[in-house]
Amino acid sequence: MRRQTNRLMVIAVLMTVAVGACGKKPAPVARPMPPPSNTGATTANVMPPPPPTPVAEPTITVPPMPDDSIASKSLDDLNRDSPLRPLFFELDSAEVSADGQRLLQENAAVMKKYPAWQITIEGHCDERGTAEYNLALGERRALAAKNYLVSLGVPADKVKTVSYGKEFPFEPGHDDGAWSKNRRAHFVITAK
Amino acid sequence: MTKYSRHPLLFAAAVVAASMVVVAQQPPTQPPQQPGSVALVIEGDDPGTPPRLAVPDLLALSNDKEVQEAARTIAQVLWDDLQYEREYYMIPRDTYKSVPAAGSIDTVPYERWREIGADAVVIGSVQRAPNGVRVEMRLYSVSARLSAFAKEYTGSVANPRLYAHTMADEIHMVQRNLRGVARTKLAFSSDRNREAVLGTIEKREVKEIYIADYDGANQRRITINRALNINPNWSPDGRSIAYTSYRSGLPDIFVSHIYAGTMDVLTKNSAQNFLPQFSPDGTRIAFLSTRDGNSEIYVMNRDGSNVQRLTNNPAIDGTPTWSPTGAQIAFTSERTGTPQVYIMNVDGSGLRRVSYESYADRATWSPAPYNEIAFSARTGPGFDIKILNIGSGETRQITFGEGTNESPAWAPNGRHLSFMSTRQGRSQIFTVDRDGRNLRQITRDGNNTTPHWSQ
Repeated sequence: MRRQTNRLMVIAVLMTVAVGACGKKPAPVARPMPPPSNTGATTANVMPPPPPTPVAEPTITVPPMPDDSIASKSLDDLNRDSPLRPLFFELDSAEVSADGQRLLQENAAVMKKYPAWQITIEGHCDERGTAEYNLALGERRALAAKNYLVSLGVPADKVKTVSYGKEFPFEPGHDDGAWSKNRRAHFVITAK
Repeated sequence: MTKYSRHPLLFAAAVVAASMVVVAQQPPTQPPQQPGSVALVIEGDDPGTPPRLAVPDLLALSNDKEVQEAARTIAQVLWDDLQYEREYYMIPRDTYKSVPAAGSIDTVPYERWREIGADAVVIGSVQRAPNGVRVEMRLYSVSARLSAFAKEYTGSVANPRLYAHTMADEIHMVQRNLRGVARTKLAFSSDRNREAVLGTIEKREVKEIYIADYDGANQRRITINRALNINPNWSPDGRSIAYTSYRSGLPDIFVSHIYAGTMDVLTKNSAQNFLPQFSPDGTRIAFLSTRDGNSEIYVMNRDGSNVQRLTNNPAIDGTPTWSPTGAQIAFTSERTGTPQVYIMNVDGSGLRRVSYESYADRATWSPAPYNEIAFSARTGPGFDIKILNIGSGETRQITFGEGTNESPAWAPNGRHLSFMSTRQGRSQIFTVDRDGRNLRQITRDGNNTTPHWSQ
C-alpha cells in the first residue's frame, strides 16, 4: 500500500513536469493540479487525438487528503477552486485541440471519481465575434467539450450545456491575453 | 387610422388626463382633431431646397411652472423631431430667441419671421385644461400668411414630449407624405442596474430589457428577473416584446406584453433558444434553436405552438430576419466556413448566399420602399455596419472602424438604423441615417446592446 502510494506520487510529479514542459500555452489561471489519480497514469501514456478507449478504472486508493477536501467542500468553494479546468479555444473555432483533449481527459477522470456531480458546461466567446453569432458559437464550444467527455465515458445526463456568447467575459480587457481567456468552455459543478 | 392604433401609449396620454402608467392601459382612442387644411404645402425658395422652419417656444397661457416648462419642451422636441427626418432646414432656435413668437396663436408677426428667413413657423400654445393641458399648434406659411396645418391635443402634462412627437409625425405625413418615427421606440438590453447574477460565484451582472423613445428619452426597464435578458424584438403592434431570457437557467424565448404586464413562455426545453423575430404580420416568430442538436432556424406561432424547422445543415444557422412581406427569411450561416448572410423562402426552399465578407452577421431587412439588408461585417479588428442593396447587389458601408459596430436594426420608415457601437468606450446604442449621416447616441448608462426599433 505504502509503496504504491509512493509510486503514484512519483508518476504524479513526473506528469506535472511533463505537462509543464509540453504545454504550449501557459496555465491560464493559477490553479492547483487536479488530484493525482489512477487514470492520470493512463493519460500520460496515450498521446493526442483520437479519444483513448476508456481504460477500466482500477479501484481508487489514493491520495486521501485532497479527496477529502474536495468531498467536504461546499459547491461554491468547489467552483471557486475547481478541480475541473476550463477548456480554451482558438478564434472563431469550436475545435478541441490536442492539449484540450488531454485537459478534458483529466476533467473526465475527476468526474468519474465523483459520479454524483452534475455539471454545466458554459460556452463563452471573446468580443471579436458578433453578439448574435457568438450565441451559437458558445453552444458549439460547450457541446464540443461535452461530446468529448461523453466519448470518454462520462454519462451524458450528468452534463448540461449553456451558451453565454460574449455576454459574460472572464477578463474585461481588450487584448490577446483577455480574448484567449474568454474563448472557453467553463465547467460549473451544480450538484454533488 | 391603423397607424394610431399602434401607439396606444401616446393616444391614451393625449386623450386621458392621468399619469402615464395608468393611461397606458386604456384602449387606444382617436384624439380630437382640428380640421386642418392640407391644401397648403410649405415649399422652399427653389425646387429642391428644403423649406426653412422655425419652432419658437409655445405660448404658455397659464401662469404655472409646469405649463411653462411644457411650452418650452414641446418646441424643442418638435424642432428635434423635424430635424431628424431632414425634410426641412431647421433654423437654430437661439437665432430667434428675441422674436416674440406671436401675440396670440392667431396674431403672428409674419414680417419678423420673414426677416429670420423662415418659410414657415410653428406657433402653439399650452394652457391648463380640466384634467391636464390643452396644446394647440399651427404651422403657418410665412409667405402665404396662412395656417397650413393645425392640431389641438388635450391630455396629461406628464410627458409633454408626446405632443411634439405627434405633431412632428402629423406634419411629416400631411406635408411631406412621410411616415416619421417620432413616436417609435427602441428596445435594447442593458446592464446599467449593476445587479449581480444570482447562483454563480463569477462576477456577472444582469442584463434587463429596456425601452426608450426613438430619441433616447424616457428610458424604462421592462424585465425584472435579475438574469441575462437579450435580443429584444418588438411585435408589429408595439404592445409586446419577444426576447431571450436565462431566467430559468437556460436561454428560452419569452414574450412580455408591456402594457398588460403579462408574459408568455414560448420555449421550454433543454436546448438553447435565441434571437426571436416577429413576422411582419405579428402571427409568427422566427428564432434560432439547438433543440435538434445543432443551431438551426425555426418558426413558431406567437404562442409557441406549431414549431417548424427551416434549415437542416451541420453548420451554424442563426440570426434570422423576415423580409417585409414575410415571404422570405435572411439569416447567418457558416456553411462555407465563415458566417455569411443567406436568403431563403419561408418554407426553407430557394436558398442563396448574398454576402461575401470575411464575417457577416445580424442581417436586418429594411422596410419598403428600400429593398436592402443591413448587417455587421468584420472590417478589421471590429465590425462595421454595411448595407446590401438586394436589387443591384451593391454593398455600401456606413460606419468606418470607430470601435466595433454591430446589431443594426431598421427604423420602420427605412431611413434610419439603430446599432450598438463601442466608439465611446462601452457598448452603447446609436442611431444613424441610412447614408451614414446624423449619428446620435441614445444610451450612456452602463453597457447597452442588441437594439430593435418598434414599428
